[in-house]
Amino acid sequence: MREVAVIGIGMTKWGELWNKSLRDIYVETALMAIDDSGVDHIDSMYVGCMSSGIFVGQEHIASLLADYLGCAPVPSTRVETACASGGLALRLGFMEVASGMSDIVLVSGIEKMTDVGGDEATYALGTAADQEYECYNGITFPGLYALIAVAHMDKYGTTRKQLAEVAVKNHRNGSMNPLAQFPFEVTLDDVLHSVKVADPLRILDCSPITDGAAAAIICPVEIAKKLNKPIVKITGSGHATDAIAISQRKDMTWLESTYQAGKSAYAMAGKSPGDIDVFEVHDCFTIAELCVMEALGIVDKGKSGEAVERGRTALEGDIPVNPSGGLKSKGHPVGATGIAQAVEIVKQLREESGKRQIKGARIGLTQNMGGSGASTVVHIFERG
Amino acid sequence: MSTPSRYWREIPQRYRLEANSCTKCKQKFFPPRLICPECGSRDLVKTKIAEKGKVISYTIIRVPPSQFKDQAPYAVGVIELDDGVKLMGQIVDCDFEDLKLGKRVKIEFRKLFKKGHSGILCYGYKFVPDS
Ligand SMILES: [Zn+2]
Repeated sequence: MREVAVIGIGMTKWGELWNKSLRDIYVETALMAIDDSGVDHIDSMYVGCMSSGIFVGQEHIASLLADYLGCAPVPSTRVETACASGGLALRLGFMEVASGMSDIVLVSGIEKMTDVGGDEATYALGTAADQEYECYNGITFPGLYALIAVAHMDKYGTTRKQLAEVAVKNHRNGSMNPLAQFPFEVTLDDVLHSVKVADPLRILDCSPITDGAAAAIICPVEIAKKLNKPIVKITGSGHATDAIAISQRKDMTWLESTYQAGKSAYAMAGKSPGDIDVFEVHDCFTIAELCVMEALGIVDKGKSGEAVERGRTALEGDIPVNPSGGLKSKGHPVGATGIAQAVEIVKQLREESGKRQIKGARIGLTQNMGGSGASTVVHIFERG
Repeated sequence: MSTPSRYWREIPQRYRLEANSCTKCKQKFFPPRLICPECGSRDLVKTKIAEKGKVISYTIIRVPPSQFKDQAPYAVGVIELDDGVKLMGQIVDCDFEDLKLGKRVKIEFRKLFKKGHSGILCYGYKFVPDS
């Protein structure tokens, strides 16, 4: 296997981008990554996108986007694993470069979510759960994570306040990220008194509906060296699955797919959780960040709430999690999230993160999750 | 709009609570499966799930999907039945204050929602307190 590096990244301001179409958002973002890398062509491209069919009535976007990027006839592949689609696009691009099949690959993710109303968006996101045995019985995505939260609170004594601390921390980080959809701080009181969505989760426990894209250029390390660009290597990649319906899992509080994907990525990189300087994880809901920390081995089972409360996961803490603001503050255009996590880690390892920079960060990890945890993609990045 | 077949083919599970179990490791599956994920056996036999169990997690849905709008707020739980099968369903005829983990419930056959404006009525199981 060849060593693989990220040599270019692109991300534009996220939010409700009513005046921009799916193809415009995509091309703007992809061009940023191409310009940042300095390459004059790409050999192949991957697009992570969960549900353009429902959100904008358009399938077959791999070719549409290759065409509008002016890259046809390069091979272009759309991949889907719900909210982990972006992470999977990165993994497939990594495999293509590592194997020697292609040299310069554009990996990207996109979701254009605000062309439909709230009911339609709820339906689209619901398709990431078991349609016949979860959604049929009236559950929603906040509801699924609420069920996980109640089980976690019961098993480990995790508190309502500890959940809120995740949102407060991520909004504080996001307030320093000019590309975030909601770049402002919220207080503990704001979270604890926000509108109830699915008890015990409130609206400020939930990531928002967002339009946005993110992109990166990857290539073999030998080519990256010739381009004279700052090099960030991808040294570990893991991907795993679990039962899609949470009732079919042995322990609802445990994200087995995250544990397994993490285990593969740590093994490939020869690293353990304690070696990682900065984490970007899938906080689609506050409880998700806690469960992910446990499944990745960042903290012991049941100790995540306490770690957040004590400030260990803040920017200045010993295990910084989601310096970008996470899905919570930065936004969650579902297919784009996995690539945006990689963009943040690359910025951190290049020391380009401004006020939210983790000083001296050399190794970073991304964890991108689909549905209520039925798929996870993990990557480990290191300074070249 | 999907044809009724998508609804119709799930009737054995939703109306009659049909499941299957692995003849080798005795694990029971709801909905039924074609291969046992525990031991890999393809030798599964038809059975039924228990009709009583306990709540192992629950939430109150305040922002529902459109077809459940007229019912919100409502409770949804994950129930562990007395035969070990776990499944999700609404918990009804129960005040929210009386919901708690470990609460005993039983299955009842109910209308779940109406599909679309002139669509079919969708039936299935819900849970009620077992007192
Ligand atoms: Zn078996």
